[in-house]
Amino acid sequence: MASSVANGGGGHDALRFYLTKTAQFVIVLATTLLGLVAVTFFIGRVVPIDPVIAIVGDRAPAHVYERARQELGLDLPLIQQFWIYLKKAATGDFGNSVLTTNPVMTDIANAFPATLELATLGTLIGVILGIPLGILAAVKRGSFIDQFVRVLGLAGYSIPIFWLGLMGLLVFYAKLGWVAGPGRIDVTYSYLYTPVTNIVLLDTAMQGQWDAFWDAVSHIILPACLLGYFSLAYISRMTRSFMLNELAQEYVIAARVKGLSEMRVIWRHALRNAAVPLVTVIALSYANLLEGSVLTETIFAWPGLGQYITNSLQNADMNAVLGGTLVIGAVFVLLNLVSDLLYRLLDPRTR
Amino acid sequence: MTGAPLPLASEPSGMRGWLLSAEPNSRWQARLGRFYLGWRAFTRNPLAVIGLGIILMLILVAVFADVIAPYSPVAGGDLRTQRLLPPSGTYWFGTDDQARDIFSRVIHGSRITLFVVVLVALIATPIGLLVGTVSGYLGGWVDTVLMRITDIFLAFPRLILALAFVAALGPGIENAIIAIAITSWPPYARIARAETMMIRNSDFIAAVKLQGASTPRIILGHVVPLCLSSLIVRVTLDMAGIILTAAGLGFLGLGAQPPMPEWGAMVATGRNYLIDQWWVAAMPGLAIFVVSLGFNLLGDGLRDVLDPKAAK
Repeated sequence: MASSVANGGGGHDALRFYLTKTAQFVIVLATTLLGLVAVTFFIGRVVPIDPVIAIVGDRAPAHVYERARQELGLDLPLIQQFWIYLKKAATGDFGNSVLTTNPVMTDIANAFPATLELATLGTLIGVILGIPLGILAAVKRGSFIDQFVRVLGLAGYSIPIFWLGLMGLLVFYAKLGWVAGPGRIDVTYSYLYTPVTNIVLLDTAMQGQWDAFWDAVSHIILPACLLGYFSLAYISRMTRSFMLNELAQEYVIAARVKGLSEMRVIWRHALRNAAVPLVTVIALSYANLLEGSVLTETIFAWPGLGQYITNSLQNADMNAVLGGTLVIGAVFVLLNLVSDLLYRLLDPRTR
Repeated sequence: MTGAPLPLASEPSGMRGWLLSAEPNSRWQARLGRFYLGWRAFTRNPLAVIGLGIILMLILVAVFADVIAPYSPVAGGDLRTQRLLPPSGTYWFGTDDQARDIFSRVIHGSRITLFVVVLVALIATPIGLLVGTVSGYLGGWVDTVLMRITDIFLAFPRLILALAFVAALGPGIENAIIAIAITSWPPYARIARAETMMIRNSDFIAAVKLQGASTPRIILGHVVPLCLSSLIVRVTLDMAGIILTAAGLGFLGLGAQPPMPEWGAMVATGRNYLIDQWWVAAMPGLAIFVVSLGFNLLGDGLRDVLDPKAAK
């Protein structure tokens, strides 16, 4: 299995193979993105609220109503409307938000760094704790630590994230006072730095505002740990199963027979091979945190994409909801794509 | 059924011998024997049995909610004296802001949870099964088109797509169920397709085809039944996710509307009283946790029995 067949050194064939693969990739990506746009378009059309009445009011005379309808392009055939929607979506134009009056894309660009900051920190926590825990559980199969990881994982799959967030606020903020409350940073610190990247931890650290930095840390730590826990539950469980799979392979026995230390067998040999599918899992868990952030951000008053979508939802601001949904969907697709590419890069068998 | 194997274990003939007979006299005997073996494998996993216990409890509680709940789930008590009381002997889980007994509300909420789970499973499973088997059996362009559609739905995070649908359809428990069902079927279709691709080239399918069976007959009569077991496992494992999504929608005010005692919406109410009256949010959340844990444990156990390949 390990001996890859050298097929006569055909550089030409390899190039053609790569080109076909890339073409397939692009087609899949394009149709998926097109599908995303189609789904949001469809959702936008089934809304029971008449967008024309929302603009002109329900007492408007018929000719005003008709003109507004024409200006919105709602008198055109559906397929033509979709084409216009598609062209606008391609340039990032999702219309204006009713709630903030800004273009939806501007709002999203403002909110996205906050979500990115939270999800990245959460994934980091999940990876740093989850992978060693998973390895330990696999190596010491059936031991106490294995049971512990199992329970941790099962709980992570079963606890409602919004409830755990509230309980976390209750215990660590209200009762113990270890962390700061909802929000990204205290108002007193918020004027001490100029937002450049809109990632507060980066901005404050780069501008040397350490008081503000530590305040931001104290705000982010609870929601990040919350997301980190859900990421950990998933990553540790998958690491365990990948490692068990590798440890049962013959090359592990061969390495042991050769007299390699157990540490070397686990870290250099088994983990190397388990790392390939793990990359996919990490990318997926990152994407899942985007979803988890919707509820987490609502609880922690975190001004990210999740909060933007839920706020817009509660105010029936459909442009904003659909724009946000589409952006999250696109990020989701891209993350899947990246994990796929990494998989190809890391696994020599796919070359 | 639970205690049955023990007293019979000593006598190899009798009930157990009949079940485990190597030469069953009828189809029913063979099926019951298989079921018995599966049941024995299942009960060897204590966590799975706990999971089954939790789910049975949920069903019993939902059925007998009127008998179990000491107070009304919607009508509150005296707003001056019985509002936001801490857990006590009279009010086991305390009372909420409208002086309603939280324990009674949690008990009645089990009905809504069960209702959501059953309906989503009844809507999403057939869709996934049909799309997956048709796609896998026919192959070709049908397969390509159906799988592209499936991938598009898989590309959205579930809660966010459900949010967008509910936003369009309007809040309410029925719309939440429809939205969750729409977002649930794609993984089922994937599984059913993978199973179908393996079954498609078997000899028995060729034999049925030679006997002149039509394509719908082959798919519905021969492919679908074989896909069911792995699909049941997947749906059971998914139940926890369905409950969590429904509760999340309820928490955001998009699921069941007040005064319905939906657990997620109850947690949302409790959010306003979190610091001083923690029980208002804590108790319904605990109920969500226990029930989804039950489904996860049960699903894990079922996977070990029904789908030994996937168990690791």
